[in-house]
Amino acid sequence: MLEKMMKPEELAKIDHTPPIRGWMDPYVKFKKGAWCYSAAPKNLKYLDLPNPREWSPDQENWKLPENWKEIILDGIRERIEKYRSFRLFMDICVRCGACADKCHYFIGSGDPKNMPVLRAELLRSVYRKEFTPAGKYLGKWGGGRDLTIDVIKEWFYYFFQCTECRRCSVFCPYGIDTAEVTMHVRELLNLIGVNINWVCEPAANCFRTGNHLGVPPHAFKDNVEFAVDDLKEITGIEVNAPIHKKGAEVLVIVPSADYFANPHYYTFLGYLALFHEIGLDYTFSAYASEGGNFGLFHSKDMLKRLNAKIYAEAKRLGVKWILGCECGHMWRVMHQYMDTINGPADFLEEPVSPITGTRFENAATTKMVHICEFTADLIYNKKIKLDPRRNDHLRVTFHDSCNPARAMGLIEEPRYVLKHVCNHFYEMPENTIREQTFCCGSGSGLGSDENMEMRLRGGLPRANAVNYVKEKHGVNLLACICAIDKATLPPLLEYWVPGVEVGGIHELVGNALVMKGEQERTTDLRGEPLPVKEEDSKDV
Amino acid sequence: MYDAGKIIPGLVIFLCLFTFPFWYNVANGKASQRPELVIDAAEKQCVESKEFMRIMHMDLLNQWRDEVVRNDNRVYLSTDGSKHTMSLSNTCMKCHANRTQFCDQCHDYMGVTPYCWDCHIQPRESK
Amino acid sequence: MNALRSLFESNKKAAITSGVVIVVLLLLWAVGWLSFLCRGIFGVLIPYAALALFLGGIVYRVVQWAKSPEPFRIPTTCGQQKSLPWIKTNRLDCPETGWGVFGRMALEVLFFRSLFRNTKAELKSGPRLVYGSEKYLWLGALAFHWAFLIIVVRHLRFFTEPIPSFVQLLQSLDGFFQIGVPILYMTDLIILAALTYLFLRRVLDPKMRYISLPTDYFPLVLIIGIVLSGMLMRYTPVKADLVGVKELAVGLMSFHPRIPEGIGILFYLHLLMVCVLIAYFPFSKLMHMAGIFLSPTRNMANNNRKIRHVNPWNYPVKVHTYEEWEEEFKDKLKASGYTLEKE
Repeated sequence: MLEKMMKPEELAKIDHTPPIRGWMDPYVKFKKGAWCYSAAPKNLKYLDLPNPREWSPDQENWKLPENWKEIILDGIRERIEKYRSFRLFMDICVRCGACADKCHYFIGSGDPKNMPVLRAELLRSVYRKEFTPAGKYLGKWGGGRDLTIDVIKEWFYYFFQCTECRRCSVFCPYGIDTAEVTMHVRELLNLIGVNINWVCEPAANCFRTGNHLGVPPHAFKDNVEFAVDDLKEITGIEVNAPIHKKGAEVLVIVPSADYFANPHYYTFLGYLALFHEIGLDYTFSAYASEGGNFGLFHSKDMLKRLNAKIYAEAKRLGVKWILGCECGHMWRVMHQYMDTINGPADFLEEPVSPITGTRFENAATTKMVHICEFTADLIYNKKIKLDPRRNDHLRVTFHDSCNPARAMGLIEEPRYVLKHVCNHFYEMPENTIREQTFCCGSGSGLGSDENMEMRLRGGLPRANAVNYVKEKHGVNLLACICAIDKATLPPLLEYWVPGVEVGGIHELVGNALVMKGEQERTTDLRGEPLPVKEEDSKDV
Repeated sequence: MYDAGKIIPGLVIFLCLFTFPFWYNVANGKASQRPELVIDAAEKQCVESKEFMRIMHMDLLNQWRDEVVRNDNRVYLSTDGSKHTMSLSNTCMKCHANRTQFCDQCHDYMGVTPYCWDCHIQPRESK
Repeated sequence: MNALRSLFESNKKAAITSGVVIVVLLLLWAVGWLSFLCRGIFGVLIPYAALALFLGGIVYRVVQWAKSPEPFRIPTTCGQQKSLPWIKTNRLDCPETGWGVFGRMALEVLFFRSLFRNTKAELKSGPRLVYGSEKYLWLGALAFHWAFLIIVVRHLRFFTEPIPSFVQLLQSLDGFFQIGVPILYMTDLIILAALTYLFLRRVLDPKMRYISLPTDYFPLVLIIGIVLSGMLMRYTPVKADLVGVKELAVGLMSFHPRIPEGIGILFYLHLLMVCVLIAYFPFSKLMHMAGIFLSPTRNMANNNRKIRHVNPWNYPVKVHTYEEWEEEFKDKLKASGYTLEKE
């Protein structure tokens, strides 16, 4: 895929001047590399979703139901009643333009409809035309647009070029959140069967097997056992990784890529090592073998359908609380949605770390703790022994994932952990981290191959910041706490900033963790040889 | 309606603030009052027309001040050709002798606080 | 040739807009005359109608918003959450309590906190992206809104008898430098400068021009018109007879409307534009004044995992239960040694 791409210098020639043609006339050219394939009918059928059929966005006929317009308008009406934010975000934008150059897709593509304000205007104009007097009576002069097939095509193109990262909403003086608008539009498009496969297939997989990748329970068990073996090879310790252990204290939820894909897998090894070392009484679940939730990128209904298994499984297994691992949008769901949609979790207890006795009051009702909170607490209370020199071959920077940063405020915990497990940690420039962090460019179900050009464009701001610390500090590892980051940043960095790898925080924890009875480590969790140990005099 | 506990008080505050003049005037009961000007007319005609003086007197006085203080010119040639001494105390106050019943009437009504009396000695008033 | 053509095209929109503005101004002037001639309608009926529309319209729109719930708690967190006691929480940008939210909203409403973060991204060769601080928009917006507020409050001297002391105080502060007669108000200069900046920004920046709608220019131009007509009446010889203006205004405010003689057409134009503005207000983007208070990403506390948020329309959905799942994978589960519920 990458070989066929333009050279980075070519791709980076971006013109941010808008075209002469105004945006009010719906017009979209389906540029190859910028859109995702349509959802396969089998996935829609499996999930009982409307209008399953073979179709392709670049073809003229989208095979929409005859009354598609009525369906969309009814859908808008329904959502206006259900969400205050719908009408509010449609009504109060003043088009001040503060959001314009905050979107990674606009920065990377220069396409004016990727300015958050215009992306939202694509829906707003229809809303004004159909639901406000200004648009109804003044038409274009009132900012109103007719709902036509071309508008639907435009919606598809541009609302699947938004990663719901919420960076624009940080800068908006009214807090208008394009992620909300995108979610609404994607829901509307779903009503007429317009969706992308990269969202619907993982959702269908997850509904059936319990995880996005469609790993069936026996393969799940194999993968976990495989990891146990790998860890034994590196550390000499055979850890116990229970699955479906009834009465365990903690249910551990990971994104499925952690036990399936690289470089996530090394982070998974890190968890296993950590849980063993502190003697955590925990269990994995094959039924709830996915923390991530592509339902979030589909509809609130799908979100709820996929998320339901978490609490259900916690209840079935009789655990006390839930520990959630490194994943970005998973944590948006766990933090902002799970308790509301599938709670109350009154069968669980307020999380207390069995190791330190710390009560996680901030998770009192959801009863789910982020692993960075959990590990930071362990380190703060000096419950684990760490040798950060084992990460001395790594010069690390930290990429805040959108959702933990902008929907949770989980900012210092991962940094605290990082600073204790490695000696070389460097921050990227201020405007690209914490709440102002840039998306990987492939979130919200857009991490597909066919839209690689758009992903690379969207990832440019992030890659550029990485390049800055690479040149300045020789950074060679980007640490992050998101499964989509770990999947999509490696090709991105290979393209823009070759020589920087991607890893998880708990991979570094696993590297640095001094385990009781371990053999002398000669490699890190990736199997790469550790730097030659210097004199013992340097011992802590 | 949702969040009525916050939104309704918010709307009430909004309405109270934006209708402030209505209930303020009702409460004070002085809405029908208007300036009553008393002139002890020594002359029949002011230096300029009434219409001009009503809106331009401040500019005129400013001009007078500048002429007298900066150019040492004390003679004002009126539009109708008549000549007048440019002096607040001696010319204006000859007729408009009572500050409270003349100047302050409108100035108070409009909330204007001219700084004439920062320098000029205020004439004694006859009640 | 091409460059010329593109210049022509890009200026065409601006030219049309300016043309429209000029025509509108001329029309306004005619309307000013008309309103002067029909003072009874334009001095009494229209102001009452406009005010009723303004107040009623805003209440209507807010109630319309309030009719829908905010089903999820979705604050945009812009700082460190409250988690472990030894990690410093950002109480204002990531509030966990009601008071924190109050503080965040106050910063947002009074000082435009979010706009203060504004940056400008620039792509340099390399490629190298640089982000500069860009506070002009914040400054212009803040200056405009505060100046507008002060000017509105200052205008209370026309609507109240006796004039409340805070109005007196405010106008003496506003005219602190005592420049000229009548004294020059600083806010008049500030609002004019801010409006000019906001207008030019929309017209000159190609991105802004691209996203701007007629409904963005209209209130901007209208407010510029109001400010200019107001300033003309104060600082130039086309002054209004203020006593007459106040009589009219107080008359309106005490439901005893009178139409004094001697108020010029400029005043009626000013009044009419204000009426248009406030009547237009509830049906336009100007509703951001009320809307900001209801914005869920700002007015909700980030205490999601601590206090449960209830969605009033939460309904059951079709899920894949454990039992169904176990049934579906029974053979495989057995073969790889899972303990089954149904044995």
